[in-house]
Amino acid sequence: MTAVKYADVAAGMELPPASYRATRLSLVKYCGASGDFNWIHWNERIARSVGLPNVIAHGMFTMAQAGRYVTDWAGDAGVLVEFAVRFSAPVVVPDDDDGATIEVSGTIEEMLDDNRVAIGLTARSGDAKVLTRARAVVRLP
Amino acid sequence: MALNADYLGRTFPPSEPYEVSRVKIAEFAEAIGDDNPLYHDREAAQAAGYPDVIAPPTFPIVITMAASRSAVGDPGLGLNYAMVVHGEQRFSYTRPLHAGDVVTAQSTISGIRAVGSLTMLTTDTEIRTVDGEHVCTGYSTLVERGAE
Repeated sequence: MTAVKYADVAAGMELPPASYRATRLSLVKYCGASGDFNWIHWNERIARSVGLPNVIAHGMFTMAQAGRYVTDWAGDAGVLVEFAVRFSAPVVVPDDDDGATIEVSGTIEEMLDDNRVAIGLTARSGDAKVLTRARAVVRLP
Repeated sequence: MALNADYLGRTFPPSEPYEVSRVKIAEFAEAIGDDNPLYHDREAAQAAGYPDVIAPPTFPIVITMAASRSAVGDPGLGLNYAMVVHGEQRFSYTRPLHAGDVVTAQSTISGIRAVGSLTMLTTDTEIRTVDGEHVCTGYSTLVERGAE
């Protein structure tokens, strides 16, 4: 991987969008890997009984996709200094082969000192904006 | 159900030491669908200047969530877990976690506030190596939706 350099980046630059998939299998795997077995992430009956439209992805699964977006772009996975999101809408994952799609895009918001760069992120699933106030600060070479 | 406001500011004892393993990092990376070699290949990680495979940026949630369970799962707090969704999450990193790190995590309840029928619970969890080096702090806000 080629690491993006601070000198190659400027405020206002748009990063190429990417999309990621969340299926029921993804969520079951994420339950196991994360230790978060909240029923709303795998049990449709309970998800509906608490007023959700269906099983929903873990917020942290969605944040992980946004993180992957940043680290894939930066070319080094160890560059994050700050990473923050607000989960504004659930990623609803139907019980079918396609699951849900999470589309992530980003813009260089601000050039900071000490080779740090702030990236504003957006994530959508269907018509819903699933992350708001999503921002990553990375330190580039 | 309202949460017990007496818990605001309470710091819970640090977790037992947690050893970050290559296997757990690989499992987590696979679960999020990320095949980045820095998570899977020790030589690639070392070539990039890390002591061993590093963990994805959201991996610390595995450790912070387990630690904060002592806080959010305390019956005296009164959180109804089935009504909980994750509202906000932030991490502040000193460096990435890597395989071989042995860390503890300590949680503090830093916010309890009601917004309409919702109750927001914020927990700050610091991850440090057993030698005291700061690795990462996670700030989690859980939202308990009001019962009908």
